[in-house]
Amino acid sequence: MHIVVCIKQVPDSAQIRVHPVTNTIMRQGVPTIINPYDLFAIEEALRLRDKLGGQVTILTMGPPMAEDTLRKALTFGADRAVLLTDRFFAGSDTLATTFALAAAIRKIGDTFGPVDIVFTGKQTIDGDTAQVGPGIAKRLGLTQLTYVSRIADVDGEARTIKVERRAEGGVQELATKMPCLITMLEGTNEIRRGSMNDALRASRAEIVKWSAADAGIEDTAKCGLRGSPTIVKKVFAPSPRATKATMVEPGDATPAEALIAEIFKQQPELESKLMTLARGY
Amino acid sequence: MAEAPKKPAAAGGRAGTKKELPEHFKDYKHVWVFIEQERGVVHPVSWELLGAGRDLANKLGVDLAAVVLGAPGGGVKEAAAEASCYGADLAYIVESDVLTDYRNEPYARAMTELVNTYKPEILLLGATTLGRDLAGAVATTLLTGLTADSTALDVDTDGSLAATRPTFGGSLLCTIYTLNYRPQMATVRPRVMSMPDRVERPLGRLIEHTFTMVEDDVVTKVLSFIADRESDKSSLAYADVVVAGGLGLGSPENFQLVRQLASVLGAEYGCSRPVVQKGWLPAERQIGQTGKTIRPRLYIAAGISGAIQHRVGVEGADLIVAINTDKNAPIFDFAHVGLVTDAVRLLPALTEAFRKRLSASTSERIAS
Amino acid sequence: MIEEKFDAIVVGAGMAGNAAALTMAQRGMKVLQLERGEYSGSKNVQGAILYADMLEKLIPDFRDDAPLERHLVEQRFWMMDDRSHVGLHYRSEDFNEQSPNRYTIIRAQFDKWFSKKVQEAGAVVLCETTVVELVKDSFGKVIGVRTDRSGGLIRADVVVIAEGVTGLLGTRAGLREIPKPENTALAVKEMHFMPRETIESRFNLKGDEGMVIEAAGTISRGMTGMGFIYSNKECVSIGMGCLVSDFQRTGETPYGLLDAFKRHPSVAPLIEGSEVKEYSAHLIPEGGFKAIPQLYGDGWVVVGDAAQLNNAIHREGSNLAMTSGRIAGEAIFQLRSRREEMTEQNLALYKEMLDKSFVIKDLKKYKDMPALLHTQSQNFFLTYPQLVNKAMQSFVRVDGTPKVEKEKKTIRSFVNARSWFGLFADGFRLARAWR
Ligand SMILES: Cc1cc2nc3c(=O)[nH]c(=O)nc-3n(C[C@H](O)[C@H](O)[C@H](O)COP(=O)(O)OP(=O)(O)OC[C@H]3O[C@@H](n4cnc5c(N)ncnc54)[C@H](O)[C@@H]3O)c2cc1C
Ligand SMILES: Cc1cc2nc3c(=O)[nH]c(=O)nc-3n(C[C@H](O)[C@H](O)[C@H](O)COP(=O)(O)OP(=O)(O)OC[C@H]3O[C@@H](n4cnc5c(N)ncnc54)[C@H](O)[C@@H]3O)c2cc1C
Ligand SMILES: Nc1ncnc2c1ncn2[C@@H]1O[C@H](COP(=O)(O)O)[C@@H](O)[C@H]1O
Repeated sequence: MHIVVCIKQVPDSAQIRVHPVTNTIMRQGVPTIINPYDLFAIEEALRLRDKLGGQVTILTMGPPMAEDTLRKALTFGADRAVLLTDRFFAGSDTLATTFALAAAIRKIGDTFGPVDIVFTGKQTIDGDTAQVGPGIAKRLGLTQLTYVSRIADVDGEARTIKVERRAEGGVQELATKMPCLITMLEGTNEIRRGSMNDALRASRAEIVKWSAADAGIEDTAKCGLRGSPTIVKKVFAPSPRATKATMVEPGDATPAEALIAEIFKQQPELESKLMTLARGY
Repeated sequence: MAEAPKKPAAAGGRAGTKKELPEHFKDYKHVWVFIEQERGVVHPVSWELLGAGRDLANKLGVDLAAVVLGAPGGGVKEAAAEASCYGADLAYIVESDVLTDYRNEPYARAMTELVNTYKPEILLLGATTLGRDLAGAVATTLLTGLTADSTALDVDTDGSLAATRPTFGGSLLCTIYTLNYRPQMATVRPRVMSMPDRVERPLGRLIEHTFTMVEDDVVTKVLSFIADRESDKSSLAYADVVVAGGLGLGSPENFQLVRQLASVLGAEYGCSRPVVQKGWLPAERQIGQTGKTIRPRLYIAAGISGAIQHRVGVEGADLIVAINTDKNAPIFDFAHVGLVTDAVRLLPALTEAFRKRLSASTSERIAS
Repeated sequence: MIEEKFDAIVVGAGMAGNAAALTMAQRGMKVLQLERGEYSGSKNVQGAILYADMLEKLIPDFRDDAPLERHLVEQRFWMMDDRSHVGLHYRSEDFNEQSPNRYTIIRAQFDKWFSKKVQEAGAVVLCETTVVELVKDSFGKVIGVRTDRSGGLIRADVVVIAEGVTGLLGTRAGLREIPKPENTALAVKEMHFMPRETIESRFNLKGDEGMVIEAAGTISRGMTGMGFIYSNKECVSIGMGCLVSDFQRTGETPYGLLDAFKRHPSVAPLIEGSEVKEYSAHLIPEGGFKAIPQLYGDGWVVVGDAAQLNNAIHREGSNLAMTSGRIAGEAIFQLRSRREEMTEQNLALYKEMLDKSFVIKDLKKYKDMPALLHTQSQNFFLTYPQLVNKAMQSFVRVDGTPKVEKEKKTIRSFVNARSWFGLFADGFRLARAWR
């Protein structure tokens, strides 16, 4: 079984600041982390490998410093890591990203053995589109299984797989064929702590680094900014609300009463609305 | 499979920050909204999208079309008729047995065929699990741009779709264009757009598209569908009144206070993300960027600091009431009414005061 | 058990651990460095000022790529009472030199860079790995460590303990005592972010120039402690530190002190409108020379804050940490190249070399300072600052009072607060401790 997991290095968005004047991201001091949603994909891949044998390859497209992220993924016990890095990839939107990643996955298959399953996280916390997984699936013609909450059964011989998938209002149980692409739902497992041996191996592992050409990409016009149909025209900070909150000063009334009075003062119609709601109409 | 026309190499190297729409895209017209319909039930986000789509269509002077896919007799025509009441001029429908349950393969194929045949300039979908699953596959197949999770849609002076979405965890917003490819696709989360008024009116036109895919063509089979238990479902996103607690409440036990107030108000209850991360409440109760977007008449936030990721999920509320011990908490920057006090002590009193007030006004009304 | 054996294991990837690991790895030794934080520097707190000299000894061309914030051109000392401060400012164009002597840094970024250098030198660096035990053989010689990862004992000829002031390994293994509250300061620090231009105009800086303010006085409410403000590129670090024993005695909270410092009319305008992104607390060993524990033993040495090597008076720590780490590494390498065992007797070489360095010499010079500031904290941190500020106000305020009278009043106020004898004694003690 050969499993590829796509992960992304992202800025820890909890720590991002916006320049109050220029409205640009102030990146200084903002640490980068493995996209938290991708950890569930890594763990699921490792579990499958531990159960069925085979290998797990971690793949990321990003700047050279994304190597840190890959090395960290290796300490969990993955077998190999590939960094796809090239200036041609700068400024990729989801369509261009999936073009590059799909090419790299093809190349991974050619180089290290045919790929049975590709995993991605549900979404990233910076791009936040949840579209890269489906895009890769389409480009590679893989069956697409998004928001998977459980992998119920994998039959390596018959090349079939059964999963549970979070759908609107319920859970779908699906059966399909491999190769397939799975985007893993969050909270479905807990990332392991690699052993001392895994950690030692990871710290010395050679990270495979591929340029666009190495990954067999000839048409660089489909990469990066040039290959991106979407254009970011404007970036701006959310506008502050003109008026701040009216602060309730209790005075004679109790704080609770004063608060209720202010609520109904600002929205008089609410009172009758609340009455109907409270009475369960 | 219907291949999208090959894209011409863009002029001047870059994919064009200038608008130079290739000739073959020029006959792409009209705004489409995908109506998400399963087992005869339409997801309300579809109506919200029709509201937004109507504005776009009016600005462009084009038609607004609803697109409904599903099983023959599975509520497709009814949904198309209903779409008209929310503003659709016409509807494209595909009825086929392979579309009974949602599966990516047949849905993406049907959608792609429709687009390639009838050529819309704008295609909107809900950013639900279904909508996101479908949109990604369709956009990649069509090799066009897709703006995910948009929070505002507008038409630029040159007729392009300007889709605005949060980026970098909500700290910033960006406006994204797909200038030179068609259709221009966007997804929008439930409750981000307001629900349009429903006006009874007949559908202008119904276009039925024949779809040749048969079950044998589909690799993925649905073995079963286990609907969520009623108790697991929160109608948070669609509640008229929401009471939520944050880390400031200090302990899981104190969420009882939130629930009590909610029950007196006939409200839903929710929380901020750390509360979910600590396991105090389940994930479907989370409000905010990575949780639910809400749009209630009244939102009461107790012990929530008002981080940007939380703010983007609640800004659509008519009235935001914040209770926080810290007078400098960012939530007071966007709340309408604020009270600086210990929420743990206030909540029981507030519950009691609401109970009294509401029963008093009820009896008053009955008396009059 | 892990089969592989290392020449040396370094516990901790702070300044001291990185210096030790780098020194040994540069000399071709097989080094394993273990750090419990997510990355080197992730748990480290520092003002922070970097002293170039000591780093140059390890990485001569560090200026090429180290993440440095600003080089310091100005130092301000403030003596504060509740509403004012008397300041001594020293600024010199000389500090805009080719190779500046002091920089502000952000430890999280700097340590990451430092750690990269250690890795490039060939050391194996494992983060998110906590050493839980020093393993000894039946003769009491340290032969390796056990971590919180599965896989058991990892062996090495020598273990360099660079676990910082709060590290428990050494104490747990009975190699040193837990630092005493009266020898340890608790410092809290916040990073206040604002645009570059704002920082530059508020602090009168241009380009990459930086300044520091060190403040003492009533802000520590009579306890032994100080406040500081350091300018970085896009943020200022602001913090307060006091002896742990003083906090215990007075019931004051570090955060309360920092809050008051931030609200002080001299400080508030400097940080107005900024966005606080990081709040951290850390201990600083302040016992000085007299608190230094046993520095070496069979199969181990201890370096940096873990060895109490910190000069509280000059707010120097990282340079002592770097230097002790480097010297330990050099000593170990010397023994190794002479094919000598890492016994207690042989490792005494580390102490010998350290004694000759500025580290021990400086600490010796100020050996009485900590005790003095501690016992006289009321005077040094409450009474005198108030008197000085009052005197200053009386000096500059023009209100028709004859100058002679003003002077008399000032002198009287000092004597009233403390007898002539007490004043002389304090001055004398301070001078002697300083000498
Ligand atoms: C990628 C990403 C996505 C995120 N998505 C979401 C999201 O969808 N939803 C979300 O909510 N967050 C989200 N967050 C987290 C967000 O950044 C904040 O960390 C979070 O909203 C803070 O939750 P809080 O207000 O409950 O806690 P805190 O920030 O800890 O605030 C607690 C507040 O309670 C107040 N308080 C304390 N005691 C009391 C008391 N007794 N009475 C009254 N007030 C009291 C305090 O003054 C404080 O303001 C996300 C973060 C990231 C990085
Ligand atoms: C607020 C403040 C301001 C300061 N300002 C300055 C200044 O301006 N200039 C200056 O020179 N000095 C300053 N110092 C002092 C300086 O920070 C320290 O002296 C220096 O960091 C000591 O380095 P160290 O390597 O000994 O310890 P640390 O930097 O504390 O490193 C110890 C490392 O060991 C790791 N560790 C601990 N236990 C284990 C374990 N069991 N297993 C694995 N890893 C472990 C820790 O995670 C940590 O990374 C300041 C200190 C503080 C708190
Ligand atoms: N640059 C990238 N390199 C590798 N994988 C990526 C990259 N960008 C996105 N992904 C994967 O695609 C998933 C969805 O990303 P997104 O569409 O950006 O929300 C992530 O969870 C990753 O698994």
